[in-house]
Amino acid sequence: MNALTGTVALIRLALRRDRIFIPAWCVVFLATASIYVPSTVRLYPDLASRVGAAESYNRSPALLALYGRIYDPANLGGLTTNELAGFGAIAVAVLLILLMIRHTRTDEEAGRIELLGSTAMGRFAPLAAASIVCVAVSLVLGVGVAAVLMVGGLSVVGSVAFGLEWFGVGIVFSAVAALAAQLTESRRAAIGIASLTVAASYLLRGVGDAFEPDPLGALHWLSPIGWAQQLRPFADRRWWPFLVSFACTLVVGGAAYALNARRDVGAGFMQPGVGRPHASRWLATPNALAWRLQRGALLAWGAGFLVLGVILGSVATNVGDFVNNPTVKEFIEKLGGKQGIIDAYIAVEFIFGGIIAAAYGIQAILRLRTEESEGRAEAVLATAIGRWRWSLSHVGVAVIGSAALLFVMGAGAGAARAIATRDPDQVWRVTLAGLGQLPAALVVMAVVFALYGAAPRATVTVWGIYAAFILIAEVGPILEVPQWVLDLSPFTHTPKLPGASWNVLPLVVLTVIATGIAAIGIIGVRRRDLACG
Amino acid sequence: MTHAIEIHGLVKDFGSTRALDGLNLTVATGEVHGFLGPNGSGKTTTLRVLLGLARANAGTVTLLGGDPWRDAVALHRRLAYVPGDVALWPNLSGGEIIDLLGRMRGGLNPQRRDDLIERFVLDPTKKGGSYSKGNRQKVALVAALASDAELLLLDEPTSGLDPIMESAFRDYILSERDDGRTVLLSSHILSEVDAVCARVTIIREGRTVESGALSELRYLSHTLITAELAGDPPVGLDAIDGVHNIVIERQTLRCQVDPSSLTAVLGTLAAVGVRNLTSQPPTLDELFLRYYTDEPTPA
Repeated sequence: MNALTGTVALIRLALRRDRIFIPAWCVVFLATASIYVPSTVRLYPDLASRVGAAESYNRSPALLALYGRIYDPANLGGLTTNELAGFGAIAVAVLLILLMIRHTRTDEEAGRIELLGSTAMGRFAPLAAASIVCVAVSLVLGVGVAAVLMVGGLSVVGSVAFGLEWFGVGIVFSAVAALAAQLTESRRAAIGIASLTVAASYLLRGVGDAFEPDPLGALHWLSPIGWAQQLRPFADRRWWPFLVSFACTLVVGGAAYALNARRDVGAGFMQPGVGRPHASRWLATPNALAWRLQRGALLAWGAGFLVLGVILGSVATNVGDFVNNPTVKEFIEKLGGKQGIIDAYIAVEFIFGGIIAAAYGIQAILRLRTEESEGRAEAVLATAIGRWRWSLSHVGVAVIGSAALLFVMGAGAGAARAIATRDPDQVWRVTLAGLGQLPAALVVMAVVFALYGAAPRATVTVWGIYAAFILIAEVGPILEVPQWVLDLSPFTHTPKLPGASWNVLPLVVLTVIATGIAAIGIIGVRRRDLACG
Repeated sequence: MTHAIEIHGLVKDFGSTRALDGLNLTVATGEVHGFLGPNGSGKTTTLRVLLGLARANAGTVTLLGGDPWRDAVALHRRLAYVPGDVALWPNLSGGEIIDLLGRMRGGLNPQRRDDLIERFVLDPTKKGGSYSKGNRQKVALVAALASDAELLLLDEPTSGLDPIMESAFRDYILSERDDGRTVLLSSHILSEVDAVCARVTIIREGRTVESGALSELRYLSHTLITAELAGDPPVGLDAIDGVHNIVIERQTLRCQVDPSSLTAVLGTLAAVGVRNLTSQPPTLDELFLRYYTDEPTPA
């Protein structure tokens, strides 16, 4: 028996377990790209509009930091794929991280690898199987996005190079996740380490792209996302940066295999630290427990939202330069309102901030489901804590947490605007605009809680519902679907602040709707059986 | 005598599966009651109904004089629970979890907490994720036993504990009983049940098959007779009332005999001649094997 015995069987097992997870996410990614590409192509009908937009774009350090440089302003592909290269790379990296950890550290923490390991299975088989699945998924995403771009009318070679960009990001972060899975004993910590690597990569790339061609620009060569973008698919195309991704995958992946060979099953290289022998005085209620369990994640999200806010606030100041194109102006105004272009821009970006804050809220509420299915809710509910107090403790973290995220984002953007305009009033004006996004996020969280309370098995659909809300609100206006369809999504009803006058009615209505939907969850949580541990 | 737990005709369905099918269970205040049954017979489901985590489909359930579903919070102040499969928060230390659960129940006795941690040789600074199964079990046990609760619901509490810890647990339960606490102990470990329980309830496939004081259980009152026969097997032994399970292998005869029939059996055996004769009380193991493997018989 060699160290790889059983790999094929484990690949089959992984594909069987993920027969919905993997195809669903590939479809979501590629569908988003295929909706996004033609709609962007339509915005820039002629060469002059493209060059104008791309050049003003390249003049804004904040935009360069956010998405990356457009190396050939005359090439339609650069403008079209800029966000797919930036945000798309993050999404690909996160998906591959979740997939890799799911089949390595998660299985190991749950004891499933131990069970498999007692059969005729080689030492490297679980890691090898997970690696092959991850490389295959990266390949599907790369080939898929290349096909989408070709169908969208971009050049074949450029599309292939762009596909290689996604593929490179996918395999590098699969390897990073494989290494993270060797380091810690817990799934959460492994995901945390790998996600921090993604955040750091994005930051290095952002700083590098903003400063290029200064020497500091070389920073993007320290970032897997940065060097992937250096393939420059729609400019002076070069293939060798992919070799950097390939070499990095081999080195990091090789390190993961080396560590895997040297450690015990179930153990990590970083030993968990010791804790306090007694609980501190405040750790005495379900609210304190929910906060204790979720505070680390919230602080990380908060840091992200602060950086996001500051960047958005800085970008907004230059936004007038690159939106002299009437089509883009119309596009932004359609989503963000007909007031001043800066305010409209902030409004559009804050709507996205609200959408991301809702994602935070969703995963914070889904914590109820994992606490229940892993048997820890039982321990709490067997004490003198009622179901309402317990479930509302995590709902409270979700609501207050998403409000705090929007506050931090608004305050960051407001501070950046205040410095640029020397008008201190911008701080509270923009902060309030950020908080104005909260009611829509509340509706999404209420739907998740209602499903959890009344139909816990249906909580697997929440990310699908969330994606549908986003697509309706963001792509609906572009496709000109009927108003009643748009009205179905809470994100349609958020105010276009800070430019528009404060119209309190939609916010009140959204909040009332959220409360009503949440009531379903509250009733449901009291009535049903709790899942067995 | 008041009852801490009274369950009559409890029915619980999970979809189309009937987990509990008319189960009865009565636990008197102040007793240690053994709750026995094969795997999957419904012990954990019964405990989950008692805790208000699952709702009964039919039957009456009274716990400490209240309704376990409706009055869950008030009742839980007066009881402590150790689950069979203990799940801990991976990033909280054992000590933090013990304190947290105790406080959420309405307070725990710090003296007893420290005493239990010492007795069970538990390191309270380790994180929940790094405990072994046995140590996870200890965390849950300390959290439950350190409370001043009047009722303890224990679901196979010693699974995963080593024999020394098991015996420490037994001592503790006995002293709890002497302090007047009521204990419902679901267990597979017969010596444990024998050592601490005065009464037991045995269930199978969601129904109660036997309940009563250990000393009074039907099969326990039988004497097991083993005789090495000098001549041919005796005739008419099976005609005597109160003789069960006669097995004859070559010259060896085994049977179970009610105390009232002993004289008649000995007379019959003496008539054919006996080379060797032993009589012994049946062990608890035989009782369980009987109830776990035979067709359920009405009690």
